[in-house]
Amino acid sequence: MAEAKKEHQLIVSVSPHIKSEETTSRIMWSVNASLLPAIVMGAYFFGPRAVITVAISIIAAVLSEYIFQKALKRKVTVTDGSVFLTGLLLGMNLPPSVPFYIPIIGSFVAVVITKQLFGGLGFNVFNPALIGRAFLLISFPRLMTIWKEPSAAFLHLDAKTTATPLGILKEEGVAKLMEVFGDKINLYTQLFVGHRAGSIGETSAIALLIGAVFLLYRGYISWHIPVSFLGTAAIIAWIFGGKGALFAGDPIVHLLSGGMLLGAFFMATDYVTCPSVKKGQILFGIGCGFLTMLIRLKGGYPEGVMFAILIMNCFSPLIDRGFKTKVFGAIKRTKEIKK
Amino acid sequence: MAIATFKGGIHPPDKKELSKGKNISPTKPPKRVVIPLVQHIGAPCKLAVGVGQEVKKGEVIGTPEGFVSAPVHSSVSGKVIAIGDFPLATGRMVTSVVIENDGKEEWTSLKDNPDYMKLSPDELKGKVKDAGIVGMGGAAFPAHVKLSPPKEKPVDVVILNGAECEPYLTADYRLMLERPQDVVEGLKILMRILGVKKGFIGIENNKPDAVEAVKKAASGEPGIQVYALEVKYPQGAEKMLIKAIAGREVPPRGLPMDVGVVVQNIGTAVAIYEAARYGKPLIERVVTVTGEGIKEPKNLMVKIGTIVSDLIEECGGFKSETAKVISGGPMMGFAMYSLDVPVTKGTSGVLVLPEEDVVHAEGFGPCIRCGRCIDICPMGLMPSMLSVLSEKGFYEETKDYNLFDCFECGSCTYVCPSKRPIVQFIRLAKSLVKP
Repeated sequence: MAEAKKEHQLIVSVSPHIKSEETTSRIMWSVNASLLPAIVMGAYFFGPRAVITVAISIIAAVLSEYIFQKALKRKVTVTDGSVFLTGLLLGMNLPPSVPFYIPIIGSFVAVVITKQLFGGLGFNVFNPALIGRAFLLISFPRLMTIWKEPSAAFLHLDAKTTATPLGILKEEGVAKLMEVFGDKINLYTQLFVGHRAGSIGETSAIALLIGAVFLLYRGYISWHIPVSFLGTAAIIAWIFGGKGALFAGDPIVHLLSGGMLLGAFFMATDYVTCPSVKKGQILFGIGCGFLTMLIRLKGGYPEGVMFAILIMNCFSPLIDRGFKTKVFGAIKRTKEIKK
Repeated sequence: MAIATFKGGIHPPDKKELSKGKNISPTKPPKRVVIPLVQHIGAPCKLAVGVGQEVKKGEVIGTPEGFVSAPVHSSVSGKVIAIGDFPLATGRMVTSVVIENDGKEEWTSLKDNPDYMKLSPDELKGKVKDAGIVGMGGAAFPAHVKLSPPKEKPVDVVILNGAECEPYLTADYRLMLERPQDVVEGLKILMRILGVKKGFIGIENNKPDAVEAVKKAASGEPGIQVYALEVKYPQGAEKMLIKAIAGREVPPRGLPMDVGVVVQNIGTAVAIYEAARYGKPLIERVVTVTGEGIKEPKNLMVKIGTIVSDLIEECGGFKSETAKVISGGPMMGFAMYSLDVPVTKGTSGVLVLPEEDVVHAEGFGPCIRCGRCIDICPMGLMPSMLSVLSEKGFYEETKDYNLFDCFECGSCTYVCPSKRPIVQFIRLAKSLVKP
């Protein structure tokens, strides 16, 4: 217009002009934080060496991503928390006594091969930490199956090696498991607290559940995958888990041992590698639970969570396609107006 | 009564407290107005005046061309000083008439006809058409077109949209609070024109005083019901509103009349009442000038064609040098690149966001497939897939994900933790493929 007006600096961009506070890195760091209780319990039962193992795993993961992104002149994204989470989860999934080069190799496989070579965050087909662990289990089968006896004595460095509850269950049956732990109540209690042999961060059910409740409360994960995963596993364990007769299995032992809770709440729910549609997530969870129990009860390994999730990861894109959401108004016919 | 709503949606902070307590007040008379000849969806108007011509308030300056069009009237009395292409808030250049205000406020003719309800439906519709009334919620679709449903699509319900689900805006809220009777009268006229017996008014529940006021005004009317709606964006989107109130789902790419419903905005209803009773054309509207970046947020009765910078001045100016100025609400409004643009019939608000509150659009991350956008999409789409396909150039494939059912409410972009400009990716795909 003709008359002079005070010049303002105007910012122009496309709508919408407001955005939620949520960011990818806030979500990732929250998931990292939610695993803290489990790490503390891991440290308590397996000593400083376990903590060092996890730390090495994290450092190796972060460095792998940093070097890869620098080398390819890509934007360095190590601060978004996602590679930290990969390293953390891998570390938590390792036996407490592995040599220190093990987490380094595992993190490299997880971050470079599984995540970055597929295009980085958002494009990987498989859960990086689990591929890292699967690689280690297959390449170093002996080192990856030496389990330390848990000890509350923090500097108890020469702990004896022992078998995991699932190992005992597989090789010697439920009777032996009772014998080792005393009675049923004691067995459940020890499993719940985490006083058992196993991977560094998987043993304490209570610690993992605290983290899971936090994630559910914040809406960072939803119930769909954990409930369908654990529910399916529990039902199969109950029906087929017993010796001789049907419906004689002990679902609680199965849920509380191995990596079931860590897997169901923290690994299967990985946004990138699980289906995005809620209905599809239920199918995904059922598949995870089924495959886990198939491996535990009939397969060669005592534990099946890792392979179950990895196999289901393959199906995620297909599941999303099969469970495409319904467009508003597409199905329902005009209903009579409310009187 | 249970609070009605739809599936999906988001809860942005509503920020209405900035302006909700401010009465609708008239602006200072503008020195000049710039009145675009296209203020509606449809064909542009034909110019009806020449430079130098004296016009009165309410005089037709643009006559409609075709059925889907609406006449444009002068909002002041004075002299036409220029005719030419001027930008709208969206940046689109439109032939506009510049009129210098002589301050006399001389009307062409206004006649009070208290017996307007005795007019025939067609006469009433004619008044709506002649008054140049368009949907005042933002889309600016000519009102009389919606009031002329084809025979094979019988309409049995009229819904007034008082949701005002866009954060910040309070124009409809103030109208409902200050002129509830006019709102109800407008609805009655709409019901008479369409020959329907059911009229619903939907109001978001964060405006309980407005719900009360309108309920009271409608208490003697047997056919009219007022619904409190859940506070959720985009509750005021036509399809969501119809679902919430009438329980009907408009089919994909269909119109409300496909399910027997006509929806009009609160401001539109008041304009229709004024047109029916006084023969008053749509030459002014309530505009909420608000935001953290403006000194005194206000609800203003603004003459169509008033320049936005006049409104900014009227409200004390910016708090800081740099700001984002949005025509409309923060979810679907346009950021203006110039303040020298006129208020049109569809301008519901002018929102000023200070620089520190502006979320800069640059820099976004990859889709992490968290599914938040899928959970909240009111249309049941998969915005994540649409954005990824569009980003990678698979435009044709976006149609498999119902690209054209997106009405760009922006909810997906609001919730995206990777700050992806999902709606913009969708717009890009829409512009590059045929439906």
